Amino acid sequence: MRALLSQYRTELTMSSRQGEQLLVSLGIPLLILVFFSTVDVLPTGTEEPVDFLAPGVLALAVMSASMVSLGIGTGFERSYGVLKRLGASPLGRPRWTAAKILTILTIEVVQWLVLIGVALLLGWSPAGGWATAVLGGLLGTAAFGGLGLLMAGTLPGLTTLAAANGLYLVLLLTGGMVVPLDELPGPVAAVAKLLPAAPLTEVITGSLIEGRSVAGWAWVSLTVWAVAAPVAAASLFRWE
Amino acid sequence: MSETPAVEVVDLTVRYGQTTAVDGVSFAAASGQVTALLGPNGAGKTSILEHLEGYRPRSGGQARVLGLDPTKDHAALVRSVGLMLQEGGIPLGIRPKELLTQYSGFFEDAADPDELLERVGLSHRSRTTARRLSGGEQQRLSLALALVGRPRVVFLDEPTSGIDQEGRELVREVVAQLTGDGVAVVLTTHDLDEGQRMADRVVIVDHGKVVADGTTAELLSSGEGDEILFAAPAGLDTASLSSALGGRVGVVSPGEYRAEVTPTPTNVAALTAWLAERDLPLGDLRAGRQRLDDVFRRLTANTAAPEQPTGRRRGRRSR
Repeated sequence: MRALLSQYRTELTMSSRQGEQLLVSLGIPLLILVFFSTVDVLPTGTEEPVDFLAPGVLALAVMSASMVSLGIGTGFERSYGVLKRLGASPLGRPRWTAAKILTILTIEVVQWLVLIGVALLLGWSPAGGWATAVLGGLLGTAAFGGLGLLMAGTLPGLTTLAAANGLYLVLLLTGGMVVPLDELPGPVAAVAKLLPAAPLTEVITGSLIEGRSVAGWAWVSLTVWAVAAPVAAASLFRWE
Repeated sequence: MSETPAVEVVDLTVRYGQTTAVDGVSFAAASGQVTALLGPNGAGKTSILEHLEGYRPRSGGQARVLGLDPTKDHAALVRSVGLMLQEGGIPLGIRPKELLTQYSGFFEDAADPDELLERVGLSHRSRTTARRLSGGEQQRLSLALALVGRPRVVFLDEPTSGIDQEGRELVREVVAQLTGDGVAVVLTTHDLDEGQRMADRVVIVDHGKVVADGTTAELLSSGEGDEILFAAPAGLDTASLSSALGGRVGVVSPGEYRAEVTPTPTNVAALTAWLAERDLPLGDLRAGRQRLDDVFRRLTANTAAPEQPTGRRRGRRSR
């Protein structure tokens, strides 16, 4: 337990010290939320843009913390031999993994608290489906965390940096987080539903927008990703 | 030595695909002693060390660290083993004190981070991120990290590489303290002077094989102790010189020769006279006691492939 806490504390310290990661984790979702809530140019499909955008950026925050921050951070740790060195310490892989998961969850809690607070200030009135929204967030964390670690454990550090950021941008645009899926061309929306971002957004927006429910395809797609991505990461991850 | 050695390697073989990096290596390292694996770059030193550290599986032979199998008993061994990787291992954004505190949380009876920083001379840098430390300071931090768990065996891969003179002395001091406390230290180096200064026992490795193994004194007194080493143009008529000196003259490397004669003033005079008659320049004359350098070069000369750097080259690793 002491070893796990020691690793967790270090992970948190290192995460908080990476300015560019904080920008991706918190700055971009906040900017999107505030800007498009006050400048009503997006076809959000809700009466107030914030009612659509708030759940959208909660999904975005999950994606950025668990895929981008985790993937890039771990990718560089692998490149610099940090993981190799830890491998020769009594920490062990299970506790290392647990510390990573705890760190991501901590970051996500902070992200959600800040984003929810700001959204409420902007006049957001969420529906009450918090339990399913949180469940969706956890499944999304597993799916995107798996993808982040898959990249970190198989690609060179700089390639992970590029791949994670590129994927983030593509999924941000096609994941229904900022632009509703219905507004995308049919084939694009169909492909997007098979990727992990759109189902995550569907689960969170379906839970938190008044009068909506979560479509069945979203649970199926998200659950498959939440299982497959971590399994792939665990089997393909190289520590050196 | 009657007690079981801290590290025992018998006929160890490590292969990467088709390449055999370690080819039937045997040696032992005792507690309270420094054992140096010495050899040119690419000789297989790091592969041996990384097997003992639990990173590489072996393809054959046996290895025991504190009586345990480095691969199978890895989880138990990491509590008693400290190590320094050849490079990397430290997150660039971390501060020395934070790193040592982090690792101290992994051990039951860890050393005090402040004390360790003091020991490797980094107290004044405890709050500087690793990114801003010099190469030598990073090496010293890496050394401190090896000591956090109060290990009984310490593996150091090229511990003085990229370190300035002051840093080297500090590393030697720390290593001396460790052996004084009964710790077994196994280190690799391609720096012969360093090996000679630090090691109680030297294992010379070349092309994945042990070519010599003994205490520094043993190795130095091995072979033909009496000799004159000198440099002169390549392609010397060694047969003629041999008869002039009354002892065999051999080529160590192109342009470098060894005369197996007692290094008396008369013999040195005979050598210089022979060269003078032929109007040949003389460089790098050394008479008398050999250094580890000479032993090493003699032992690895026969097997050295053309592309292998020789032991004399002080290759600095890239970082």
